[in-house]
Amino acid sequence: MKKTILIAGLALAISGAASADKLLINGAGATFPFPLYSKWFSEYNKSFPDVRINYQSIGSGGGIKQITERTVDFGASDAPLTDEQMAKAEGIQHIPTVMGAVVVVWNLPGVDELRIAPETLAGIYLGKITKWNDPALQKDNASLKLPATAITVAHRSDGSGTTNIFTDFLSKVSPEWKAGPGKGTSVNWPAGLGGKGNEGVTGVVKQTEGAIGYVELAYADQNKLPTATLRNHDGQWVKASMESVSAAAAGTAMPDDYRVSITDQPGPKTYPIAAFTYLLVYRDQQDVAKGDALLKFIWWAEHDGQKDAAALDYAPLPGSVVHKVEQTLKRMTVNGKPVLASSK
Amino acid sequence: MESPSSLPASDLTLAAGEPGRAPEAAPARVNLPDRAWAVLLTALGLGVLLVAAVIVGELWRIGAPAISHTGLKDFVTRSTWDPTRDIFGAAPYIYGTLVTSAVALVIALPISIGLALFLTEMAPPSVRSVVTFPIALLAGIPSVVYGLWGLFVLVPVLRNRAEPFLQRTLGFLPLFQGAPIGLGYLAAGVILAIMILPTITSISIEVLQTVPGSLREAALALGATRWEAIRLAVVPYARAGIVGATMLGLGRALGETMAVTMLIGNSPTIRASLFAPGYSLPAVIANEFAEATGALHTGALAALGLLLFAVTVLLNVVARLLVRLSRRGPARVRA
Amino acid sequence: MMRSVRGRRAVNRAMTALCGLALLIALVPLASLLWLVVSRGLAGLSFDFFTALPAPVGEQGGGVGNAIAGTLYIVGIACLIGVPLGVGAGVYLAERGESRLGDAIRFTAEVLSGVPSIVVGIVAYGLVVLPMRSFSAIAGGVALSVLMVPTLARSTEELVRLVPQSLREASLALGVSQWRTSLKVVLRTALGGIVTAILLAVARAAGETAPLLFTSLNNQYWNWRAGEPTASLTVQIFNYAVAPYKDWHDKAWSAALVLLLLIGTLSLAGRLLSRNRFR
Repeated sequence: MKKTILIAGLALAISGAASADKLLINGAGATFPFPLYSKWFSEYNKSFPDVRINYQSIGSGGGIKQITERTVDFGASDAPLTDEQMAKAEGIQHIPTVMGAVVVVWNLPGVDELRIAPETLAGIYLGKITKWNDPALQKDNASLKLPATAITVAHRSDGSGTTNIFTDFLSKVSPEWKAGPGKGTSVNWPAGLGGKGNEGVTGVVKQTEGAIGYVELAYADQNKLPTATLRNHDGQWVKASMESVSAAAAGTAMPDDYRVSITDQPGPKTYPIAAFTYLLVYRDQQDVAKGDALLKFIWWAEHDGQKDAAALDYAPLPGSVVHKVEQTLKRMTVNGKPVLASSK
Repeated sequence: MESPSSLPASDLTLAAGEPGRAPEAAPARVNLPDRAWAVLLTALGLGVLLVAAVIVGELWRIGAPAISHTGLKDFVTRSTWDPTRDIFGAAPYIYGTLVTSAVALVIALPISIGLALFLTEMAPPSVRSVVTFPIALLAGIPSVVYGLWGLFVLVPVLRNRAEPFLQRTLGFLPLFQGAPIGLGYLAAGVILAIMILPTITSISIEVLQTVPGSLREAALALGATRWEAIRLAVVPYARAGIVGATMLGLGRALGETMAVTMLIGNSPTIRASLFAPGYSLPAVIANEFAEATGALHTGALAALGLLLFAVTVLLNVVARLLVRLSRRGPARVRA
Repeated sequence: MMRSVRGRRAVNRAMTALCGLALLIALVPLASLLWLVVSRGLAGLSFDFFTALPAPVGEQGGGVGNAIAGTLYIVGIACLIGVPLGVGAGVYLAERGESRLGDAIRFTAEVLSGVPSIVVGIVAYGLVVLPMRSFSAIAGGVALSVLMVPTLARSTEELVRLVPQSLREASLALGVSQWRTSLKVVLRTALGGIVTAILLAVARAAGETAPLLFTSLNNQYWNWRAGEPTASLTVQIFNYAVAPYKDWHDKAWSAALVLLLLIGTLSLAGRLLSRNRFR
């Protein structure tokens, strides 16, 4: 008996010692890019087995809070920090990693295509349009016979960058929405069920007949949910795709702090609810080993990582943005010393 | 516990069985290990006090600013919860917690008491010893597993069978109106009922077992049927304790987090229909705490936690008092 | 009101039937739950499931090895804190607790047993996670230990009180010092019951999710460092259950089966122990 305990104890100590060589970097935040990040961290760990990046998708709100409190090594958010939040997280840097689309998904057996006008979408989420065969919906879908099922609205129950993007769009196209719930990572929803994370909303829509929800494109595709065709700023009906999302970034100049909104952008092929998603890291990394590894990972993500984006329906960053990010990364320091200055 | 050296001489003499013989003089030196042991035990006992003080203190420290910002009355009665605008009205969460607990009690109470009566009064003792095992099993199943079962079994059943049925038969009541989506107050209430059933049952069984057999026998001797004996002799005696058992079950229902979060729909609204999605105090804390930026938002959630804590503590204390009173004698407390 | 004997007997039979029905109704959800956990979860159990790390989103395979280890690790830390505190407080209450202070401590333990577990989680976040600047197994352990202390204190007090006074007095009369009496005679006698109480408290702690959400967070990798986020079965089940992917739902059932087996084993061990060592 004593021998068993001794051996077990030794095994534990050895495994502890072995894992002591491996670096563990903790991050938390957005669920929006989670399918892609999940792949990135796994790929990166295969190439660099000593670097383990543990990412928990708790929502952009969580990412912002935890990096502000410094309980994690990096955060992730699709919602750029507000000025107030920036003030609390002195020295934080936004780093755009990829672009994605917020799509509208629904659960109506037999209905695989749907056109939803911006004002109709606002009306649904305001709780004004309550049945699927409402004239507003029927008008844009003349070829379909929509059922009289009640619409069950699904939204996020947690602080969400996806919500921020979605409500940003609704605020631009609906004055009533802007005056009411408005834009934010967390708003006062007039109607509907709350799901936790993009995962939760997708789950609710999948399991509830008559439900409608907004999720990131990757979640819709991975769950074989049809996505709605939306009318964009130019009046064209567009579906979310890598091309239509990239088009959304084409016309916008990226500001120096990277905080930008690309919803409802002009252009014939532009998807109206597109967005950048960001990693949140402090400009000066204090932990030498972690900071060095983290910055190297981000460099990898901005270059090699972009190849994985398309397969998961995210749009890789435009070349101009990558170039700008390179300059930013080169200026970031670990304990005062820049580490990527010579990287290409 | 007193050491031999500190007992008065007369006691020791009696204990020794030889009257008149004086005890040996107590050792002059201080018994250090005994002292250390006493100190250690006292410290651990005080540790419990410290833990409670720290919990209450921390909740108060973070939560008080949020309550004073909103005002206690508004905090509890307003129904708009908008953290981005620093507006905190907790009414939807309080409402949701109360409604789901009420539904849980309405369902669980008759079943628990019926079950307890069956096991103590009606079934042979062998049945009782066999059935206590599954009841204990029910009590030990983690909340998240109940939530899992609820999501994939209960919700579809509610959405496709039970709620439409209720709507067809009792749809004139506002309680059963609106689209059946499965998730909502009813789903959370049913899962809570299942979760508090073992608590109420086992404590009721305990209470019923303390009823003196003579009471039962007296009633039976006077010609009562078994049910009449139960109704007239046993239950009045055990009434306070059963109320206590119910309160303990209620206390558990109020604090349940995971199963409720997974089934209640997470909608911060107040609706009359049981089919509607809602929110509860523990659920909103679970969903929003990790991302609450700003002292006010965090404080508001901590204040919700403090409110919940206060109510469950009150219930627990009163409940245990009732159970203890019931054990000591017939129910003097008008429950 | 004179009702006929037949009527009264009919009422008696009806009520008996109703109460029997209560038994059946109460057992239905249990039966359904156990049946589903086993039938849906069994298929996913494999050597890999017990030992491998979770697979990234969209990929098949993977397991909950790190979650099982994490649960044991976090609960282990909780025991290191909770067992001395809870059992010690229980011994205090039994041996020296007949005083104002003892009453206050007893009352406080009762109060603590009513704390909702989510509330313990948020306090642990403020007191452990924030100062440590990290989610950690320690924070999770601290939160769980608070949940263990009240039941341990109460059970220990009852068990120690059950030890016959004569044993204590005999030991003291033989000249054994107080602390040795307490430890080697009284506690040794009550040990079986105390171990049962600990096993039951551990079983309960292993099933908690809410307090771990903001303390130990979660981790996709193995972790033995107490100061880093750690995976746990309960949090993993929650994440799998609310996700939209069908294979994650299957994993949730399998993980639930593993969790129930773990808790069941602990509870069974506890109860068997108490049956054997009852004095």
